[in-house]
Amino acid sequence: MASDADATKLRSRPAKRAGVGLAPVEAFSRLTGLDSRLLAMMAALVVIWIVLDLWTGGLFLTPRNLFNLAVQGSAVGIMATGMVFVIVARHIDLSVGSVLGFVGMSMAFLQVEVFPLGAAWNWPLSIACGLALGALVGLWQGLWVAYGGVPAFVVTLGGLLIFRGAAFEITDGRTVAPLDPTYQLLGGGIDGSIGATASWALGLAAVAAVAFFSLKARSKRLRYGFPVKPLWAEVAMIAAWALLILGFVMVMNAYTKPRSDIPRGIPIPVLILLAVVVVMTFIARFTTFGRYVFAMGGNPEAAALSGINVKRTTVRIFVVMGVLSAIAAVVTTARLNAGTNSMGTLAELSVIAAAVIGGTSLAGGVGTVPGAILGAVIMQSLDNGMVLIGVSSSMRNIVIGLVLIAAVWFDVVYNRHRR
Amino acid sequence: MARSGTPLVEMRSICKRFGGVQAVDDVTVDLYPGEVVGVLGHNGAGKSTLIKMLAGAYPADSGEIYINGEKVEIATPRDARRHGIETIYQTLALADNLDAPANLFLGRELRTPLGLLDDDAMEHEARAVLHRLNPNFKNIKDPVKNLSGGQRQSVAIARAILFNAKILIMDEPTAALGPQETAMVAELIHHLKKEGIGIFLISHDLHDVFDLSDRVSVMKNGRLVGTRDTAKATKDQVLGMIILGKLPEEETAEDLAELH
Repeated sequence: MASDADATKLRSRPAKRAGVGLAPVEAFSRLTGLDSRLLAMMAALVVIWIVLDLWTGGLFLTPRNLFNLAVQGSAVGIMATGMVFVIVARHIDLSVGSVLGFVGMSMAFLQVEVFPLGAAWNWPLSIACGLALGALVGLWQGLWVAYGGVPAFVVTLGGLLIFRGAAFEITDGRTVAPLDPTYQLLGGGIDGSIGATASWALGLAAVAAVAFFSLKARSKRLRYGFPVKPLWAEVAMIAAWALLILGFVMVMNAYTKPRSDIPRGIPIPVLILLAVVVVMTFIARFTTFGRYVFAMGGNPEAAALSGINVKRTTVRIFVVMGVLSAIAAVVTTARLNAGTNSMGTLAELSVIAAAVIGGTSLAGGVGTVPGAILGAVIMQSLDNGMVLIGVSSSMRNIVIGLVLIAAVWFDVVYNRHRR
Repeated sequence: MARSGTPLVEMRSICKRFGGVQAVDDVTVDLYPGEVVGVLGHNGAGKSTLIKMLAGAYPADSGEIYINGEKVEIATPRDARRHGIETIYQTLALADNLDAPANLFLGRELRTPLGLLDDDAMEHEARAVLHRLNPNFKNIKDPVKNLSGGQRQSVAIARAILFNAKILIMDEPTAALGPQETAMVAELIHHLKKEGIGIFLISHDLHDVFDLSDRVSVMKNGRLVGTRDTAKATKDQVLGMIILGKLPEEETAEDLAELH
């Protein structure tokens, strides 16, 4: 990543020469249908993983560590998918960490101190209440932004204080524990995975789905007489996806439960994250709401002149963000087996950083859900790897801060030299 | 050009105020089917504001709008579109990050039976209309920010004519175009006229629109100076209206001295 940018800088006539240098990448991205920015990030991730693995003497790339990494990153990943929408529409949400804390605390409180303990409907109902609460919080903030005309930065900065305070007020700062045993599975503890058989079945189903939808889309384009990428490229893409999916299942199955050979399989919080990613990608690409979010980010005036209800769309974006914060709160409380008022502190920064490292432009209009997930994985990998190396938390913050700046700088340089 | 029957559009006594500025003051204009009316005036004369009220960009403070003789309320762009009014803005009003089909159908996307975006159907229609307007149009799936000025203009025009507009508003349509593209727009205007579409051409430059228009309505300082048939007026007379804000018959010797 850095070497590429350095090389660009050293060239005498950068704009012209860089176009030549990037041509193979562009051609590859055209064939695969993958954004060249996404490809660069994937390359960066591979480099980071290899370096960390060498540095830790092989501790990093073990099933155990990758399993933990996936579980640790899922709450941030879930929220990052929504932050993409928020930032693409030229807004920001600084309150997601506090909303996570507030909703998580509320759910724990309902579950332990309001609803009868042990009732089978206890945990589903507390989750339903939590999701509704998240939606309400989003509605509140969205209405201020869209109809109150208060900038999202201010509304959600207020929200950061309000909901952190509210999280404390619910029990006067007291931690609420323990939570329902079934509910705890959602956090991915020892039993919080779906096991080997189900993981394989799910993996194969996912591969079949990828193949089916790729070929279906292809045949539809052919029916219209549109240009399509060569069949071998299509098949290669499906094969790459299959490799990725089945490889992931294999790694998750390679990590066993303590003192046994029983494979764990895909952790439930990661499953939740994957479901969120699929749904949010779907919304971004196949619904008018998703289309309007991007149109608003690209040109708010044009969106309004096209008859798009910009205000209503803005409110919806914040409602979605609130619900995703609530889902992240479920995963976090279930993993902690408790509700504490400090849950999610500073999470907004990780979430925004994940989205931005993942190629979401703060100028609006540009960003992808998979990119944000890649950004979250990069951040989580760096953090986790540095813990294994024994880097102090203060130094870890410094490194991640520098990576954030470097990632955006790379993006700026890349876009400047693109054409 | 013979004008008879009910006008396609009638804007009567339209007023619009922005804070302390009377942007449009009691202006009345009309437009007949198959007619081109140029709306002329200096920057700040109120012509864009007037026409944006017809396009639904913002509501009028007072005054009435009639379409085919029927009074209509136009409060949003959606209302305007429902009455067959399409607008090509000077800024083109394109979402630069989206591709041409997405821009063409923005706000009225084609959907599959499940209610999802039917991108292939939109691309299909977009290819057809763009190819008709501009046979050299390629890279249809690129974000429109990567397109040339002429191609971007084609996208904006295609969006306006794709949905069977009856009334077309073109705000400075040729201001940013080269000679070849300007000729293309002129040809398009002739073609649309023949189909019975009424066109408002907004411009600050008399020479851009005089030959294309059947009539010109001149505005100055938010007020309508007057409307003239281009067949019965000279360019100099209209120029005088734009600069002096008076009808030719009201001009004094001093005014004329100032002009020349």
